[in-house]
Amino acid sequence: MAVQPATHELSGAEMVIRALVDQGVDVVFGYPGGAVLPIYDALFKQNRLRHILVRHEQGAVHAAEGYARSSGKVGVVLVTSGPGATNAVTGLTDALMDSVPIVCLTGQVPTHLIGNDAFQEADTTGITRPCTKHNYLVKDVNDLARVIHEAFMIARTGRPGPVVVDLPKDMLFATGLYLPPETAPTRKSYRPQIKPPATRITGAAQLIMAAKKPLFYGGGGLINSGPRACALFSELVRLTGFPVTLTLMGLGAYPASDKQYLGLVGMHGTFESNNAMHDCDLMINIGARFDDRVTGKVAAFAPHSRKIHVDIDPSSINKNVGVDLAIVGDCAEVLAALIAELKAQVYKADPARIAPWWRQIETWRKRDCLRYVKSDTIIKPQYAIERLYALTRDRDVFITTEVGQHQMWAAQLFKFDKPFHWMTSGGLGTMGYGLPAAMGVQLAHPDALVVDIAGEASILMNIQEMSTVCQYRLPVKVFILNNQYMGMVRQWQELLHGGRYSESYTAALPDFVKLAEAFGAVGLRAEKPGEVDRIINEMIAVDRPVIVDVQVDPKENCFPMIPSGAAHNEMLLGPEDKQTSGPVSEEGMVLV
Amino acid sequence: MAAPETVEKHTMAVLVDNEPGVLARVIGLFSGRGYNIESLTVAETDPKNKLSRITIVTSGTPMIIEQIKAQLNRIVPVHGVHDLTEEGPFVERELALIKVTGGAESRAETLRLADIFHARVVDTTPESYVFEMTGSTEKLDAFINLMEPLGVVDISRTGVAAISRGADKF
Ligand SMILES: Cc1cc2nc3c(=O)[nH]c(=O)nc-3n(C[C@H](O)[C@H](O)[C@H](O)COP(=O)(O)OP(=O)(O)OC[C@H]3O[C@@H](n4cnc5c(N)ncnc54)[C@H](O)[C@@H]3O)c2cc1C
Ligand SMILES: Cc1ncc(C[n+]2csc(CCOP(=O)(O)OP(=O)(O)O)c2C)c(N)n1
Ligand SMILES: [Mg+2]
Repeated sequence: MAVQPATHELSGAEMVIRALVDQGVDVVFGYPGGAVLPIYDALFKQNRLRHILVRHEQGAVHAAEGYARSSGKVGVVLVTSGPGATNAVTGLTDALMDSVPIVCLTGQVPTHLIGNDAFQEADTTGITRPCTKHNYLVKDVNDLARVIHEAFMIARTGRPGPVVVDLPKDMLFATGLYLPPETAPTRKSYRPQIKPPATRITGAAQLIMAAKKPLFYGGGGLINSGPRACALFSELVRLTGFPVTLTLMGLGAYPASDKQYLGLVGMHGTFESNNAMHDCDLMINIGARFDDRVTGKVAAFAPHSRKIHVDIDPSSINKNVGVDLAIVGDCAEVLAALIAELKAQVYKADPARIAPWWRQIETWRKRDCLRYVKSDTIIKPQYAIERLYALTRDRDVFITTEVGQHQMWAAQLFKFDKPFHWMTSGGLGTMGYGLPAAMGVQLAHPDALVVDIAGEASILMNIQEMSTVCQYRLPVKVFILNNQYMGMVRQWQELLHGGRYSESYTAALPDFVKLAEAFGAVGLRAEKPGEVDRIINEMIAVDRPVIVDVQVDPKENCFPMIPSGAAHNEMLLGPEDKQTSGPVSEEGMVLV
Repeated sequence: MAAPETVEKHTMAVLVDNEPGVLARVIGLFSGRGYNIESLTVAETDPKNKLSRITIVTSGTPMIIEQIKAQLNRIVPVHGVHDLTEEGPFVERELALIKVTGGAESRAETLRLADIFHARVVDTTPESYVFEMTGSTEKLDAFINLMEPLGVVDISRTGVAAISRGADKF
């Protein structure tokens, strides 16, 4: 589309394209339908935007999430009215829970038919209100450009999140004046707090200087904030010499192979992380939200600690856990100010003061909590992940996951030394996230190795996206840890429901090798531990989409595990631990 | 910070852009997160800037009240949240219309009570009165309770409108 002067009248559909281009968008994930045909027509006539035709609108949103989280840009989705919009709802909710910046354009029936139960009408703004950061229904074509620019601004600033713009079809045909981003008025009521108050910074520095048993607890907010925040976080951690743990969403924010790193925290976190969390005297939370998967039983959570909490969203503060010092602001700004303050105080790390604490941590570390019983005859899922890590560590590798045990093993065993290389559905825990997300990652990083670590149940939830992956020749690898069970469900049934495996076994799984071939991808299978390396190397060597069916031990459970309703120091370390710790409390049984 | 479990009642003034869906956002927040709404009123108060004022009476533990304010502030068209209960003295008023249909023997007593409470008669028929009354929620409750035995058939209440005392805005 030729760039036209801003004073020229454009149709709504042309404005949409123009606004996306002006927002720096290069890829749109979408699926057409009646209500958005004018946009598809405008897309046809231009070559600035690339449209990726997904096979299900949920896939479009997850793809946009993968694209956004691996690139730091806003992911863009285009879907039709009614079923197109409702199919996107799971993805939008996922993006809201994990703070992923998405702009989703939805078609709508023409304004004069709204409310009439018209064909493919759904109350999209009503349905998506609780699962978006904000949403709009455009009722005047002269508002269209401003609304789209505002949607991008809201999606990407403050605590990022999904924004829906609902576009009635008559708005796409109507003509009006296009406003470029720089001339669009800003929203007075929307003012995220970026810079922290100075007094809080001094307070935090004082607590840091006095701590004897400190612990950094880093989260997804570091990833949201960007590369500068992650670099400053590492700088602060090293400056202090304190131990550091990360949440599932924070993996990569601090290099996992560094010795100050204790591993994942929370329900499936390491023995050393969770014990350090329980016993610390100062917890420094940077961009994490005290999720229940991390805190366990709140009443017994880090009972002897003072807590500093850095978060850009005031509603994250004191929501689940009361804190002693809250700092509202962007991680990068807070970390820069904190480092500057410590330097101004001529702070020097005092290894002697925290030496006993590190000695204690080393004894926990010696438990080697992630060890598992190796086998020569059956592939242990942990082994498959360890080998995947070992054989890909020299490459630029991006990992996405589905949801379940495989996700937790990936989080425990794959070591991320850089941010933005780990994409997982944490807050909503959406099975079916990993494949479309990998697709989005691959589009943002065409030359990288992108692997979806999957479970055989989860992968079937968005398997249709194999068709997309093949259409665009995206060399995405799907690495299935096939245990024939919804392993995570089976594990809870074993621990909480007397081993009654109600509906958690999939009796008629497809032949994944043939399935891959049917889509036009490559299918590989490993059945014995001895085959794992060869299969992984083959998977990497093929420059095409691949599904790898790794047939793993169906009975393996994921440890360590903090049973629901238990405290951090009541962790189960392995199958042998089950009997000694007694049954899960009644209170714990009702928790998810 | 140990949050005491005591439930407190708070009156909040929320200034919002007067645009479609804004009330649904506020109400959806309360129902979705399981917060109480004891009363909610809304009307445009600044037509020039297209701003409406929502007055909400809610209750919860101090931790919940803090959450409610933070969550309200997160809504994009919300310009500000003022916890009147916390920010200092404020006046609170509610208006009620109360229809009473007592028999002939109680009409005098009905009027006498209304007079004591400064309720105004806004409609009269041989069988009924409609009283208009303005005051605090508690005063309205007291009046309605006293009137009940005299034959209250219908009540319409506006919910609370509130404003701070003194020269400060809000
Ligand atoms: C099967 C399963 C098991 C799980 N087990 C675990 C587990 O063992 N351990 C675990 O940790 N998680 C686990 N999770 C994930 C868990 O549910 C949560 O998603 C996760 O713990 C939340 O991570 P977070 O606290 O880093 O917050 P996020 O959800 O990443 O939230 C980020 C926080 O940072 C803030 N923020 C955003 N941007 C900025 C900025 N620029 N500056 C400052 N702050 C910002 C946000 O306001 C928010 O409060 C599991 C999930 C599943 C599906
Ligand atoms: C859409 C959706 N439905 C249900 C669940 C509940 N759930 C969590 S894990 C899981 C089983 C996943 O099985 P699989 O993909 O095989 O992974 P595994 O645990 O075996 O590694 C289920 C059903 C979910 N997280 N998401
Ligand atoms: Mg499985």
